[in-house]
Amino acid sequence: MKIELLPVVRCEQVAATVYALHMRSFYFASTIQPGQFINIKVQSGFYPLLRRPFSVAQTQDDVITILFDIVGEGTRILSLKKPGDMVDVLGPLGRPFTLPQSDTVPLLVAGGLGMAPMPILTKWLKANGFKNTETFLGARSKDYLVDYQLENVHYATDDGSQGYHGTVVSLLDQWFTDNRGTEVTVYACGPNPMLRGLQNLLQGRSLKGQVSLECVMACGIGICQGCPVESVNSTKRYRLVCNDGPVFDIHSVVIQ
Amino acid sequence: MTKVQTDFKLGSMHCRNRVWVASGTFGYGDECLDLVDVNKIGAIVTKSLSLKPRDGNPPPRVVETPSGMINSIGLANIGVDRFLEEKAPFLQSLDTSVVVNIAAGSVEEYREVLERIESTDCCDAYEINVSCPNVKEGGLSFGTNVRMTAEITRELRPLTGKPLIVKLTPNITSVSEFARAVQDEGADAVSLINTLVGMSVDVRTRRPKISTTTGGLSGPAIRPVALAKVYETIRSVSIPVIGIGGITSANDALEFLITGAEAVEIGTANYLNPNVAVEIAEGITTFCQENDIRNVSEIIGTLQTDQTISVVKSWM
Repeated sequence: MKIELLPVVRCEQVAATVYALHMRSFYFASTIQPGQFINIKVQSGFYPLLRRPFSVAQTQDDVITILFDIVGEGTRILSLKKPGDMVDVLGPLGRPFTLPQSDTVPLLVAGGLGMAPMPILTKWLKANGFKNTETFLGARSKDYLVDYQLENVHYATDDGSQGYHGTVVSLLDQWFTDNRGTEVTVYACGPNPMLRGLQNLLQGRSLKGQVSLECVMACGIGICQGCPVESVNSTKRYRLVCNDGPVFDIHSVVIQ
Repeated sequence: MTKVQTDFKLGSMHCRNRVWVASGTFGYGDECLDLVDVNKIGAIVTKSLSLKPRDGNPPPRVVETPSGMINSIGLANIGVDRFLEEKAPFLQSLDTSVVVNIAAGSVEEYREVLERIESTDCCDAYEINVSCPNVKEGGLSFGTNVRMTAEITRELRPLTGKPLIVKLTPNITSVSEFARAVQDEGADAVSLINTLVGMSVDVRTRRPKISTTTGGLSGPAIRPVALAKVYETIRSVSIPVIGIGGITSANDALEFLITGAEAVEIGTANYLNPNVAVEIAEGITTFCQENDIRNVSEIIGTLQTDQTISVVKSWM
């Protein structure tokens, strides 16, 4: 874990509302594991005050990439970064995804910008011999589908403007029906209502899964205790998204 | 280069410098060893300990506000037994002072926690948290009641020869009244301020942004309030005052030392940079070197209160 000032390589728009920020750091590019995140102080001074957590979406040589949507002041400021600007980054943070059981098909299930950790995960799975991943990408409509460095993508949109007309969870349910007997390992990230739906689907089919959760954080390193998630069947009522996660066994957490 | 003496003593506790890390903003000292040389911190004040482990409050627990944040953690902590087993040996191994912060829901619980810690000799001082705004029992109901605050001090005082620091809340009319009360009961020092009660609402959902509706405001936003409370307290007690509230730089810390604080605690700024206390301590040393000051103690309480005639340019 380190704090480094990273030079911006470039910031580009990759979908209607989504930006990719590429930053140069050999340390981060060589240490980050899929599912881990970094905590960014978007500019010096007190506005915004706290760091903002972002999944790392990809690493390539000595460059790391994050994907974000402009949802507030922090992300608006980040979207304006120019090549050569320096960004204050703390990381790598959190527990990463773990490899699937051998002879299973990895299924990557994402809603909206929940696809952010999937490109690096896809690359890592391939490097570890899992060539046949399937990706299920859902969004409100075509404009919100962020198809960035993903493979074998099945699309679902709420309004039917691209791919399956319905939720990504129903699309996955259909895939399970069509592919009976296939052993799978599920990786998921997305908005909580989608993750709850997925939790139910997997429970019903007695399938396991790993989920990456999102949460407001203050420190990102487990000292402020600000990002609890309720745990199931644990001696501790809460676990911390930053330190115990952000990747959890999908059946071990209460998704609100 | 002038050699600057930075250390100081509070009763039996010897600190290498006057910059501490505040309770709840540095865990138990072992969380961010990659980022901090903990042996360069004046003292580590632990996360508040209660007798039994506490789960803390439901999410959301934190929200950012202008130049600050509101938290409602609810004293989530591992409890005194696990602390002694898992955390105390590491803290003892450090070459820095350790202040155990205690929070409790009753006078008996305060006693019991302090007695258990005392029996192991794993710390250099105690900070008594009578001022957490985020728990129902104890917490602010003690800290806003001067008789209860005095009673807790009176009960704990005979149990230890180590420095007893009482952490005071700003959520009352007169903080100096509380400071005098604990001084009269034998407290060795007071630390202030704890967080200010604050609130923030999501206009879209019309819901409070944290689960307990109100929480504790911290960060640079509260620094002027903290400094004024420290100033008020320093003028009314003779025991040392430890300044807390929104300190993010050596300059901020110097404001408190000049006003008369013997030491400062760094809180929210640790979340941005866990090494900030070390950097602030170094910045104070640099200030002393630049001003030919040989001992940081020469700065303490040097506030000039004659009519302000200097033109302050830095705001431009």
